[in-house]
This record gives sequence, C-alpha cells and structure tokens, in this order.
Amino acid sequence: MTPRDTSAPPVELAAARETAALPALAVRHLTVAYHESPVLWDVSWTTPAAGLIAIVGPNGAGKSTLIRASLGLVPKVSGQALFFGQPLSAVRARVGYLPQRSSVDWDFPASALDVVCMGRYRLHGWIGPLGRRHREAARAALAEVGMADYADRQIGQLSGGQQQRVFLARALAQDADLYLMDEPFAGVDAATERTIIEVLRILARAGKAVVAVHHDLATAPDYFDHVLILNGRLVGAGPMDSVFTPENLQRAYGGRLALLDQAIEAAARAAAGRRDAQA
Amino acid sequence: MGAHDAAEIPEALGSFLAALSLGLGFNATVVVIGTTLLGLAAGAVGAFMLLRKRALMSDALSHATLPGVALAFLLGVALETDPRALPLLLAGATATSVLGVLAVQGITRASRIREDAAIGIVLSVFFGFGVVLLSYIQALPQGGQAGLKTFILGQTAAMRVPDAELIGAVALCALLVCALLYHPFRLVCFDADYGRVVGLPVTLVDLALMGLIVVVTVIGLKAVGLIMVVALVIVPAAAARFWTERMARFVPLSALFGGVAGWIGAARSASLPRLPAGAVIVLVAGVVFVLSFLFAPARGVLADAWRRLRLRLVTVRDHFLRAAFEQLEAAGTGAAGSFALADIAEDRGWSARHAGWIARWMAARGFAAHLPDGRMHLTPTGREAAQRVTRAHRLWEQLLLVQGAGRIGQAHRSADLVEHVLSPAMVAALEAELAARGATAQPMPPAPERSRQP
Repeated sequence: MTPRDTSAPPVELAAARETAALPALAVRHLTVAYHESPVLWDVSWTTPAAGLIAIVGPNGAGKSTLIRASLGLVPKVSGQALFFGQPLSAVRARVGYLPQRSSVDWDFPASALDVVCMGRYRLHGWIGPLGRRHREAARAALAEVGMADYADRQIGQLSGGQQQRVFLARALAQDADLYLMDEPFAGVDAATERTIIEVLRILARAGKAVVAVHHDLATAPDYFDHVLILNGRLVGAGPMDSVFTPENLQRAYGGRLALLDQAIEAAARAAAGRRDAQA
Repeated sequence: MGAHDAAEIPEALGSFLAALSLGLGFNATVVVIGTTLLGLAAGAVGAFMLLRKRALMSDALSHATLPGVALAFLLGVALETDPRALPLLLAGATATSVLGVLAVQGITRASRIREDAAIGIVLSVFFGFGVVLLSYIQALPQGGQAGLKTFILGQTAAMRVPDAELIGAVALCALLVCALLYHPFRLVCFDADYGRVVGLPVTLVDLALMGLIVVVTVIGLKAVGLIMVVALVIVPAAAARFWTERMARFVPLSALFGGVAGWIGAARSASLPRLPAGAVIVLVAGVVFVLSFLFAPARGVLADAWRRLRLRLVTVRDHFLRAAFEQLEAAGTGAAGSFALADIAEDRGWSARHAGWIARWMAARGFAAHLPDGRMHLTPTGREAAQRVTRAHRLWEQLLLVQGAGRIGQAHRSADLVEHVLSPAMVAALEAELAARGATAQPMPPAPERSRQP
C-alpha cells in the first residue's frame, strides 16, 4: 500500500487518488476449514492496486481456497475480504473470475460465444435477450484470445487449451479491474500459455490487477511481479524479487529440492532480466 | 382395455383424429389444449432440470404429492366442502411435495447421504404414507377414493373443463417464467459459482426453478398421474438433447416434444376414455425419444456410427492410394504404371480377401481399375488423390523430423493417423511452417525411410 498523502489537496482529488491506490484485494485474518480441518489459517494479505500477482504453494496449501473464500464461494470461519476497499457485493462489476477448468460440464449445450456472453450479464442485466453491443463485446473478447474462429463451436469440441481461452475471454468480457484466476495455466498447450500470458500482460499494462493461482515455480518469477507464498499459513508476500527466495520456498515446500533449485534459478534469471530492463 | 367390438375401433379412430384437430366438442377440446400446454411447460422446465442434473427430483416430488392429495380430501370431508375439488387437492399436493423437496435437501445437507439415495428414501416413504391414507379414505362412508385413484395413473377423460382451464393457465404461467428467467436459469445450470461471483442470486434462482418443477408436477398429476409425470419432465428433454448443441434451441425443442406428447396423449385418451392418458402421453414421448436417439443428425447413434464408418472408409481409401503410389514410385514406372494388388496387400498387411474387397470398392469409386493382365493401375482421379494423400503424409513426417521428434518410425505412425484429416488449408499451413523452419516443401518430398539409407 502506498502511504497516504496527508498534505491537503482539494477533497475530490484526494478521494480520486485514494481510490486509485486502494489495494485490489485485501484479506484480513482469513481462516477457512473443510470438515473441521483448517485449510487456511489466519491469512492477512494485501495486493497492490494493479499488476500480475501469483499465489504459489504446495498442493493443499489453500491457494484456490483463498480465492474461493474471498469471493464467498466457500464459507469463511473468520476474517474478511475487501475488494478495492469494499465488500464484494458493492463492487461486483469490477471483479472478474476464471474458475478451475475441471469444474465445468463440457457436455453443456453452449457454444464458445454463449459462454463468453455470460460474462456480460452484469453489464446487461438478467432479463431479456443480450443486445448487439454485448454480443460484439463478447466476440471482441474471443478475438483477443485468438478464438474468433471458434465462436460457434460447442465447448466440449474444443481442445483443453482452447477451452481455457474461452473462459479467459469470458472473464475479459466482464470488463473488470481485478481478475481472480484459478490455475489459468493448468493443462494447456504451449501456444495457449503464450496467449494467456500475453493477455495478462496487456491487462496489467492497462492498470488492472490479476491474481492467479500458479503451479509452475519455474515460470512464476517470469510471469508475475508480485507473489503470495502459501502453506496453509502465509509464508511470504510482496514483490517477486524480494519474496520469491530460497528460504521462503523452502519453508513453504519443505525438502523437495530439485524442484526448488529450478525455481530459484528461474527467479535469479527473471530478476536479472528486470534489472536489465530497468537499466 | 380388453373388449372393443368391431364397430368401436373405427369409431374410436375417427374421434381420435377429430380430437387431434380439436374437433371433438368443447369439453374435449379444452382438455386437449390444457394437456398440450402442460406438456409444453413440463418440457421446458425439464430441459433446465436435466442440465441442472436434478431430473430425478421431480420423481421424489410427484410421489410426495400423494399424502397431500389424501390429506386435502380428508380436510374437505371435515370441512364439509366438496372433497374432490381440484384446487383443494392440488393445494394439498403442493404442500407435501414442497415438504418432500425440503426433506431431500435436509437429508443431503445434514448427512453424507447423497441426493440419489435421499430421493429414493423420500419418494418411497411419502408414497407409502399416501397409500396408507388412501386405504383409510376408502373405508370412509363418503363414497371412497374413486376420484383420487386417477391421481396415480392419470386420466384426462375424468378432467372437467374448469380443471383443464386451471391446468392450462398455470402451465402458461410456468412457460412465461421459463422465458423470462432463461438467462439466470442457464447460468445457474452451467456455472453456479460464476453466477454467484457476478452477483446472480443463485439460491433464489434455484428456488424459482424448484418452484416451477413443483408446479408442473402438481398440475401434471390429473393428466399423467404421479407415477409417470416424471417422464413428461425428463423424456422430452433427453430426446431434445440429441438434436442440438445450442441451449437456445434445446429448451424450445424440449418444450415442443412435451407439447406434442401431451396433445397426442390427451386426444387419444379423449377418444378412448378407458385408456390411461398418462401412459399414452409417456409412450408418445418415448417414441419421440427412441426416434431422436436413433436418427437425430447431431448426436443420434446412427449419425454417430455413420461418421465413424466414413472415417474408416476414408482411412482405408487413403492407405490403398498411398500404398499404390509408393509401389509405383519404387518401381520407377511413373504414376501411370501398373502395380500388383498382392504387393499392396503385403505392404498394408491385408488378407487377400480384404484387399480384393478394397480393390473392387476403389474400382467402383473410379480411383483405380483392373487391367487385363490381372494387375491394376490408378485412374487420373486416383493418381491425383494418391499424390495428395502421400504428400500430406510426407509433409507431416518432415515437420515432425524437423522439429526433432525422435525416430522416423514415430513420425511415420503419427503421419499415418493425420494424413486422412489434413485439409488443403492445413497442408498449406504445414508448408508455411516447414518453410519457416528452413525446410522446403517439395512438390513431392521423398519418403524419409529411403532418403535415410546411404
């Protein structure tokens, strides 16, 4: 969070600046349990207002749970989540969501375009046929992820990577300021991975925030600027270069060293790359 | 049904046709229209229930109506009003069926019993209670249960005009709600979590859907009967699913199938009053289902089998043509030369009989012809096709090798699978990809097997 400016500019300006700098997502003392066993334990975390933010951690670390509990999809034992300083119900239009691929019924009678159109309901309303403006926006979102040619294809007839791109397009069609993505890179082909990361970078450049659960430690430092390392509890959070360290990873993952070596190498490479870019 | 004498059958047929065209007189016409609307509503609601994977819920619900019907009758007797008044009985049915739904949800939430088992429990216990109440009613002096029995198997002939009007009006309302809430229903069926995130009141929408299924089931009792009303909800939707991959067509089509079943069933029952309408309606829906299952072009089994067969035929054709092309290439006689079928059979591992059958088929399709000396040659069409498939095969092999995909055997096997489905556009893309990797796509790349030999 940026320190508040206490010298007194005109009130409206101050309000505008404050809104701009509000963290996209702030969770406070979040605890979640499934059937009495805690999955997340007292996690307090504040994201920046914009940028690409990864949530990493071993299996069962509560990465997806953090996202789902923040969105109110699983009950919290305690704690709260604020989006742009407000509860979700006040800012739904600003929050996009990409669920895990495995949660989808692929035999559902819906085309790629139908799915993307679902992202426009918030803007269009629930009753009545979707207007032309919204269909155009949905088509544009499909084109953005390189799926324009597949608009009329039933979703089950797409490859795994194509399916993921359709759901990314649905999130884009929401025209949100914060996107929560549950494993956007899981089980996709190399071309899709490139497309997705390009889209995410475009979002970040446009001043949006993307919080993504990410599994591949080797690509995490390259793809994301900020990171939250979870292991049931919060292990570390902040800018990639200062938090994605061997010590933190060791604490989160325990002794799986081969994996960690790769990740640490990748982190060093990415950090060097960022220094070069800044120089 | 038993004894129709010879005169009754043509007469029944005539009145059936008259009822179909709604020319059976005012009463029957109203009943047929009411039942048709019921079918439309059940089909539409069923489409959503099928996608929400709650289709069986309507079975629990319908069985749970019986104690309500019986209790309402007893209430009517106690209050000394007409105990057989349909609104009274349907109100009772609604009350206990809502209880049934709540019981199913209570059981699944409070324990680890899953929904299918919970439905089984609720369905049988409520139904059992209803049967006990019916036998008690039978012993009453007020004229027994005669009117109530029609609720079990359904009978449109026993329907009075005000009943049919009530059923039709409620069905029409249900249809309107379906149209109005189409988008919320679709999102809840497809991805309820996402709906929650974007602010859809999912619980409320689910409640509306459950309300619709209660309404449709309850008004279906009189016409279809509680045992078979579930079929009017599930079968049209299941049949419609074979025809389309689009929700915007699936729901209306399911409604249409339900409407047709209701219409024909009610008309049939109006002309043959002893025929239980529920059975006829469900049978009509069943016929629609079987026809859809077999013949629907989108997902029907025959269309599916035909697509698989066609791919197999294309595969065999391509293998024959490429083998012939490679024989001719090896012999150095040029594409117009002749080859022996036995060599191709050996190359592909086909039995002589199988090869003979394929050769005859290829000749019939005009790709190849038998020569007087017993050998074969490719016709101009065949040459062109053989060249095309061989080139696609080799370009694919080449690409895999350029990409460094292991051994030649692997590349060959992969190309063997891919060559049949490479469209001209994809071949052009292959050429571009190869060019980008610094390999030229020749008019006919050499077979890699041979080019590797010293």
